[in-house]
Amino acid sequence: MSGALLERLSLHGLTLAASQVWNSVRLVPIVRAGAPGDLRLAKRKYDEWVMVVSLDGELLEPGVKYVSYVPHGLVVSWTDDGSPAATFGANMAAPDGKRFGSFVRVAHRMAKREDRNRLRLLPLHLAMEGFLALHFGGPDVAWSEYSRQVLSRGLDPRWEASVSGHAIRGLEDALRVFEIHENQVGVLLFVADAFASAFIVSHPDDYRELHRSLLEDFYGELMYQYGLYGTSGHLEASLDTGGVRSLDDLERALDAMRAVWADFHEYMAAGIFDRALTSTRVYRCGPFQLQRFSTSFDPKGENHIGEAIVRADGTVEYLKTYRLSAAQTRRAVLLNKLAEHNWNLHATAAGLKQSREELVRKLEKERLGYLLKDHVLQEARRRRRR
Amino acid sequence: MENRESIQERVAREDLVMFINASFACSGQREFYSDASGQSVSIDFLHRYILGNYRRLYARTLAAGVNHFNQGQIVLNLLATGALTSAPDRAEENALITAALATLPPQRVFRLFEVLRDRRVNNRRTRAVMRAYIAGRRDAAFDAVKYRNKLRIAAAHAHLALPGELGPFLFHGWKKQRFQTELLETFRQAHYSKDAVYRLPYTVAEGLAARHGIPRDEFLAGIAGQMTANEKLRLQNAAAEDEVKLDVDLSRASLTRLAVYVSSLPAAERAQRESELRAALAGSAARAYRRSPYRLGRVAAILDRSYSSSGTSEKRRRPLAVAMAASCLLRQAASEYRAFWTPALAQDELFAIPYGQTDLAGPLIDALRWQPDLVVIVSDGYENAPPGAVCQVLRAFRKHVPGGRGVSVVHLNPVFDAEHFAPRTLGPDLPTVGIRDAEDLLTMLGFARFAEGTAPLDELEAYLEQRVARFLDARAEGMR
Repeated sequence: MSGALLERLSLHGLTLAASQVWNSVRLVPIVRAGAPGDLRLAKRKYDEWVMVVSLDGELLEPGVKYVSYVPHGLVVSWTDDGSPAATFGANMAAPDGKRFGSFVRVAHRMAKREDRNRLRLLPLHLAMEGFLALHFGGPDVAWSEYSRQVLSRGLDPRWEASVSGHAIRGLEDALRVFEIHENQVGVLLFVADAFASAFIVSHPDDYRELHRSLLEDFYGELMYQYGLYGTSGHLEASLDTGGVRSLDDLERALDAMRAVWADFHEYMAAGIFDRALTSTRVYRCGPFQLQRFSTSFDPKGENHIGEAIVRADGTVEYLKTYRLSAAQTRRAVLLNKLAEHNWNLHATAAGLKQSREELVRKLEKERLGYLLKDHVLQEARRRRRR
Repeated sequence: MENRESIQERVAREDLVMFINASFACSGQREFYSDASGQSVSIDFLHRYILGNYRRLYARTLAAGVNHFNQGQIVLNLLATGALTSAPDRAEENALITAALATLPPQRVFRLFEVLRDRRVNNRRTRAVMRAYIAGRRDAAFDAVKYRNKLRIAAAHAHLALPGELGPFLFHGWKKQRFQTELLETFRQAHYSKDAVYRLPYTVAEGLAARHGIPRDEFLAGIAGQMTANEKLRLQNAAAEDEVKLDVDLSRASLTRLAVYVSSLPAAERAQRESELRAALAGSAARAYRRSPYRLGRVAAILDRSYSSSGTSEKRRRPLAVAMAASCLLRQAASEYRAFWTPALAQDELFAIPYGQTDLAGPLIDALRWQPDLVVIVSDGYENAPPGAVCQVLRAFRKHVPGGRGVSVVHLNPVFDAEHFAPRTLGPDLPTVGIRDAEDLLTMLGFARFAEGTAPLDELEAYLEQRVARFLDARAEGMR
């Protein structure tokens, strides 16, 4: 019961307002009238340099760990009966994992229930962990080409790099000068007019608190490049003055212009709002579900991963997305292909209409060479030279 | 066309309009959308360019009502390049410099003298100007205590012989002797006695109080009598935190300063003191209006209180305060007046706080519906709901709606955009004029037709000439 998995993101119940542009960064406000307030988010700051998250097993037991710099977490509080949820201060005194000096914190799970109606989650890391866990188990048939470590322990260790919002030129200023709307609950972020990320929360007050946290989030390395070299075009909607004879006509024309403008932004973000999604449920909290999702991986298009809290009726109450870089997409595509062909190199290569050597080379180039035994890589190199 | 200007004239007019316009708003300080270094590079370049090309008009800009910062810069640049003044212009230029210095606040003038020293500008005219200024000051002992370093620098730089005990006080050090002049003696004593501190000007006493370790609240309570009205206004909030009641005389404060003060108060306090604040704002607006009494007809104002009007740490809430003050002044000057805030405000300007996005097109339509003669837009020019709408709405209104041509629309911008050497415009269809103090608003409206680019150069020259005459007359009257 209680709501299906996300198949498609929609801006149902939300409206887009006119964008605000600063150098290469374009921010499109998302406005929601009459937020019910039964789901609230607060930021919890972490000061440590590194966070180790135990994904399975107990806090300090052996098991799969997720290691990253995590500047903040989100604390979700909700009510089951639709009454307004209480918000807590940013740093509630609940002990969150274990600290080791001022450098390392070990935390328990990506999303952890802290109280009956309270959940702590690590924003975006939740989605990223899902991405890293793609076919994490490794080959299920023990083909002789794969290294012994991969056969026994899966793809461990698997890593991806991304850049902090601080590194994207102009983002800090763009967030500073941005004028937050009255009922704004979210924002679409474009860098050089390429869609970078969507961020939606449930309540306008929470958005106001979390607006600056966009700077601490991480983004694909493409956005860093675009921030350096790109610019946002000066876009202006034009007023349709045909048939305008009075001020009332003019007002109608202005409203129409605003609607066109909002549609246009939605069109610019079509990379996520118009795509089929693959979702998994991470947590169920009362009438809400925490899910993570990804678009299909298309090596030529834009691809996103993200996480969302969805109400039983399908309204998105929380959303955060990350645009994969091209290399990250290519890795995901390769892993998908391998899994599709039962990890058989010959079959996969045939499926990709390539030779086995080309596939091995591709794996090596995409930083997946560690999956294979050394002599397989060397042989492929030798054959290539010939 | 009968009055076709030559290309040369057009370039000159555009240069001048850009410069004067920049000089209304720019103060070399950080703005919400740009930093201080960019601002000063930008305005510096403009000064040099205009000085090099149009020296006479550059000097006359002193009378156009540009802000204090730029008046100081103009005087500085004129003095530094005195040899280039042509003989027929010399008398007027000298008169303008003297008159401008007299209207500038003393701390700005002394700072200017200091810059002259740093730039090693020491020609005969500069020394004469400095001598005349210092001789004309009302209370030399007060200056010697309050602007101790700066007065010494000026005196040394211009080879001045200071009257009475000032020479020994400034050059031999206050420790050397007891003084006959009361203030100088108080200053000496204040280094040893806590009581004497309270008889000094506030800014001087502040440092000595810290040296004596006098607690802040005790100090503020004791020094209140020595503060100037502006100092009290500025310190009101800091004092409130220390639970000291400063007796501010709101009835004497200038309009924009008063608006800055009001905008710093929390909404609850504004509501509590509503009648007092309202009376002060109205009184100050009436005084500002008396200084430049231009009567206006039916006026609508579109006032921007979006988040960007919160300004910077250097100019806190300045754009909002200018809008607030402009509203008060327009109410005074117009026969009929209506304000349209964006985002909309339930009450009037007294309760404006910076919040939300900038939608100017919607309020513009509302304002036009009211059928005004003049629409004044006070905004930083960053329109974002959606961008470019206000200009398009205005164009369509003028073209398609009957009676649309009769309404004039002026954009007043309290923020200087360093990148474009001018206040940011909302579009080509409406003139943009920079403004720093709302008191100048009515003057700005007179200047707006030049910003629009329709009036020819000779008209601008005539306008400046007329302003010069009035400026020098006012000075002469003040002397009498």
